[in-house]
Amino acid sequence: MSRLHNVLTSGRFAITAELNPPDSADPADALDAARPLGEVADAINATDASGAHCHMSSLGISALLTRAGYDPVMQISCRDRNRIAIQGDALGAAALGVRNVLCLSGDDVSVGDHPEARRVFDLDSISLLRTLSTMRDEGRFLSGRRLTTPPQLFLGAAENPCVEPLVWRADRLGKKIEAGAQFIQTNLIFDLDRFTAFMDRIRAQGLHRRAYILAGVGLLPSVKTALWMRNRVPGIHIPDAVIARLEASDTPLEEGRRIAIEMIRSLRDMPGVSGVHVMAYRREHEVSQIVLRSGVLSRRKVRVD
Amino acid sequence: MYRLRLFATRHPRGFNRLYRTVEAGLVMLDPLLRRVGYDRAERVIRPVERGVKRLLFDCRMCGQCVLSSTGMSCPMNCPKTLRNGPCGGVRPGGFCEVKPEMRCVWVEAWEGAARMRSDAIRADLPPIDNRLWGTSSWLNVLRGRK
Repeated sequence: MSRLHNVLTSGRFAITAELNPPDSADPADALDAARPLGEVADAINATDASGAHCHMSSLGISALLTRAGYDPVMQISCRDRNRIAIQGDALGAAALGVRNVLCLSGDDVSVGDHPEARRVFDLDSISLLRTLSTMRDEGRFLSGRRLTTPPQLFLGAAENPCVEPLVWRADRLGKKIEAGAQFIQTNLIFDLDRFTAFMDRIRAQGLHRRAYILAGVGLLPSVKTALWMRNRVPGIHIPDAVIARLEASDTPLEEGRRIAIEMIRSLRDMPGVSGVHVMAYRREHEVSQIVLRSGVLSRRKVRVD
Repeated sequence: MYRLRLFATRHPRGFNRLYRTVEAGLVMLDPLLRRVGYDRAERVIRPVERGVKRLLFDCRMCGQCVLSSTGMSCPMNCPKTLRNGPCGGVRPGGFCEVKPEMRCVWVEAWEGAARMRSDAIRADLPPIDNRLWGTSSWLNVLRGRK
């Protein structure tokens, strides 16, 4: 079992963090970014060209992280690779020590830096989950050919509780769990009301007992960044009240930190939430500060649910 | 046609009944079609299917129709061609991440399924067989019944 899997099954509140992949062929760049995250996170996500912007690959970063002793969550997006490549990558990743995989449909090419590229989307996040759980549990490819050693993977998926169609996001999460999702990392949560409504539906269906839910928490260092994210990054929902709070402050970066810290504390006390996934775009050193200040590590709260 | 396909998801039960009737009709004709030969029958059936379904649902002739499971909203109109949507990029108001002026195909699908009072949308649909693009989905149903 991976370290992340261990932490979650033991009932402790888990912390995962997102590594911003470098635009570089130098492994030191990836490891430097991982260091501050490793201080506080049980697992580190290696993103797969998130926002459809090209970077060092998630497989490459994951391999570097396993060698350095971290527990990576390798993200696989369906935008760039077909089922042949994805299944091959899953075997390669497992052979390189990767134990956690996050299955995503993927941001479209049009929002990224290569909008002229061909989009693939041979699979979607749900068929990707099915594919990987089939490889792990039945020891075969989608084509039926047998694997000599199946990959042992802890499978995860994303969900976005704060965007349309709000009433069916919990049902869709149920579909992902049926397809094999064992843990969920959500998109950034800035709207506690919407997230609470989502968790109410999750608990009503008992889904929190079937998969571990980690809520996404992010740092908004300025109004300009917040507005940029709202307009350019798919799936981000930032309420006006949060923007107003940043605008009103003389020290927006510190205000942004406080917003994140308050969010972590609210989430820790919310039943059904098993951890947080912290994302600070290009500011990994902020992640450890935010997590430490929130106090969530000082008592890792054994869950009685 | 865009407006018509939105209309279809607003009245999915009627359209589904129509769809199922056509399918049942073809199943009845199966012995005849088999005698004629599916390939030969396809030459007539395919353009009819394409014309009718394109008008009503903006069908893309993927060859493996799942309209009854998606609230009569064709998933191939999704720019990501998700067979299990929606994605996490849906814009406020239920509009598409990639084509902001277009309603998200999967928001329409879940709403249509609710109107149909159908749970079929909760089952995960398998990834498509890309070899079937352009073939008649109706005939593929019959071929599969062999």
